[in-house]
Amino acid sequence: MRSLSEIETAVKRASRAIGFSWGVAEEVGKCVRLLELFGLPGIKNVNQYFIDKKVKKFENLNLIIEKNLTASEPFCPIILGVSFLDQIKTMESLKKIEFTNIAYPILFIPFLSRASEIIGKKIHIKFDQKEILLNLNVNIYSNILNQELKVIANNVEVQFLENLDNFTDSEWQNLYKLSENTFVEESESLKQGGAGAGLTDND
Amino acid sequence: MNVELRDPNVIMKLSRLGSFHQSKLSFLRSFLREFKDWEYKRDLFNLDQNGYGEAVYSFKKKHRIYSLVCFANEIKDDERSDRVIATKWDAAFTLHDGVPSKNDIERLKNEVPKQEVGRLSFKELTLSRANKSVRVFNHVVEALSNGEQPDLDLLSKVGYLYRTTAVYGSGKFGLADRFRIKNREEINGPFRLEMMLVYLVRQFTFDQVNHVAHHKNPKKAVKLDQKICKNLGIGNSTGLGMAPFIVNHPTLLNNWILSRETALKKIREIKNVSDKDSKLFTDCVKKSLTNITSWNTDSEYQQNKIKSLLNDVKKFINHIENKFDFKTEYAFNEIYLWIEKETCEECIEYIVSIMLEPYNHITEPLVKNMSSEEDKYFNIPTNRTVEELRTVIEKKYPDILDINFEKQENYQNFWFISKNKEEPRLADRFEENGSELEQPLAIARDIKKLYEKLLVSKNSLTIAEFLSNSSELRHVVRRAFIVEKFPYSEIQDNTIGKNIIPIDMLRLKLSFFGALKFDPRSDKWLRICMFQGAPLPNELKNYDEQWVYKTNI
Repeated sequence: MRSLSEIETAVKRASRAIGFSWGVAEEVGKCVRLLELFGLPGIKNVNQYFIDKKVKKFENLNLIIEKNLTASEPFCPIILGVSFLDQIKTMESLKKIEFTNIAYPILFIPFLSRASEIIGKKIHIKFDQKEILLNLNVNIYSNILNQELKVIANNVEVQFLENLDNFTDSEWQNLYKLSENTFVEESESLKQGGAGAGLTDND
Repeated sequence: MNVELRDPNVIMKLSRLGSFHQSKLSFLRSFLREFKDWEYKRDLFNLDQNGYGEAVYSFKKKHRIYSLVCFANEIKDDERSDRVIATKWDAAFTLHDGVPSKNDIERLKNEVPKQEVGRLSFKELTLSRANKSVRVFNHVVEALSNGEQPDLDLLSKVGYLYRTTAVYGSGKFGLADRFRIKNREEINGPFRLEMMLVYLVRQFTFDQVNHVAHHKNPKKAVKLDQKICKNLGIGNSTGLGMAPFIVNHPTLLNNWILSRETALKKIREIKNVSDKDSKLFTDCVKKSLTNITSWNTDSEYQQNKIKSLLNDVKKFINHIENKFDFKTEYAFNEIYLWIEKETCEECIEYIVSIMLEPYNHITEPLVKNMSSEEDKYFNIPTNRTVEELRTVIEKKYPDILDINFEKQENYQNFWFISKNKEEPRLADRFEENGSELEQPLAIARDIKKLYEKLLVSKNSLTIAEFLSNSSELRHVVRRAFIVEKFPYSEIQDNTIGKNIIPIDMLRLKLSFFGALKFDPRSDKWLRICMFQGAPLPNELKNYDEQWVYKTNI
């Protein structure tokens, strides 16, 4: 089994060899490492992408807007990912960002995962009936495990999820009430002396 | 009194970093402190009469066990090389997580001796190999088998029976990634498992030499005297492979240096130095003279440094014995100011290291800060502006900005990875091919390029906007924002200039390992000694913390 350290180093060097700058190559190394850590086929896809890159053209998207359409060639997932990461603070206010035609969309995912950590919000991504939830770079929740992914994702939607509870208020109240059973009912003397501080704090 | 931390622009120069010495903060010393109450055992010793076979040594505490698995093999003299191009070694080692099963040992027997071309698993933590100092090993076998102890003069010239030629960890060749084990309290310090491997290898070398001597002459042979064992360490040959590490791990480098600088600052701020502490300090300085006088090297460069060091340490001893009173307030601050004014860089850093000796309560908490969660600082703060980045560079890289990279001598060399061994190398870009594949280790040149581009960019541009057209500078943009937070994270020098002495970079790292007796064999590789004078495993429970200054040979 290859260690994650070996994966990161080899991918970084390969990315440089294919023509990315060292700084971008460092980003790719980190991202493929993340994919492999989360059990997603990073090496397989980056390898195939680099083979394709030698013979096909991909479009570099440097400035991301609400709707991003390719002129003709599919977007390079790496430059797109780096741009997304770099512009995340300015894009955060947009609720939904749409892309058409992203090559090897799985390579775009770890950049979004890292972006999710930077803004402290979950990010939801949807393409071709595939749904992926990125949880602050702690894990990647998806229905794409063990599935062959298309080389090109035609329509990709990225949404920033507000930090909302995942449960109803009544579910919370029920649970909280149960937790109160670990508390002690205070007597008058405990109310006065139990906390340690005085009754007035005007000193 | 508040003493300022020393200026990174002075301390992070290569000549200063290349004058660093081991200290209490060094990893082999903190390893010994951490593992002193662990149970040490030799679990297996299955060598033939010539000393070839397998052995296993372990450290155990509660449910945690680390086992060193050793494989000693016969090699021909002409196959023995310390260079990384070697493919066979006298012995190969791995540190296994837990107790290795028979299957593990069989598996490792096939892989460990192959080193870089073998495959390890997540159950292995570190990997190494070593060659005998044939001259010393054979002499010791000969002497012991004749019932005599070896010639101490010869031993003192070398200082070890074996020298390692590489110690790998952290995910190399399939070894466990650091993240799998990073939460273990006992390894909360850099390179702790590498230090454990080297320490246990040292014991293996003593056991092996005794074993071979015994089988050579069972009736007459004696064991190597424990005091002699204690005064022998493990050698190490190190080439350029180590140099890029300190460039590639800026926050880690910062945490090592910052810990040492913080210790120095706190010691300089002590108002009244106790008699006990001043005596311990003075005692260490005096006893350490043996370390200097027994420091052998053929390198003229190092010989000159040793000569200056010896002169200056003697001058210093004379000063503190005849002209200095430790009752003076802030005595260590006075001492520091004196050495800075009166002695060479090698001596300044030597005395600084010894100043740490009496102050466990200062150094111990700092040891815990010497690792780094590097990924936390990887992301570039792209919402910052060009103006802010320019200010950071002006503030943090003042001397680098003065280097003229139009001059050939300032970009004479380039770093590359060799195809044969996947190891870093340095070459003259005007004499050798391959500079188009240069590694990103010319930080000074690239920072200057970045600065020049920032000068002609709009102040209000965000870094995200700047990077969209300056991808080639992304690696140094990241570094500049790291150095903003971590003052000692960057070498403040030119790593590709004509006059670079790469061994300065090795020396820095090795000093933090705890190495002694730096012996440059060229400007690109050197030999060192580790654990010379260190307690043997059976002495760990109660040992003299200042052992490093009390070697006898």
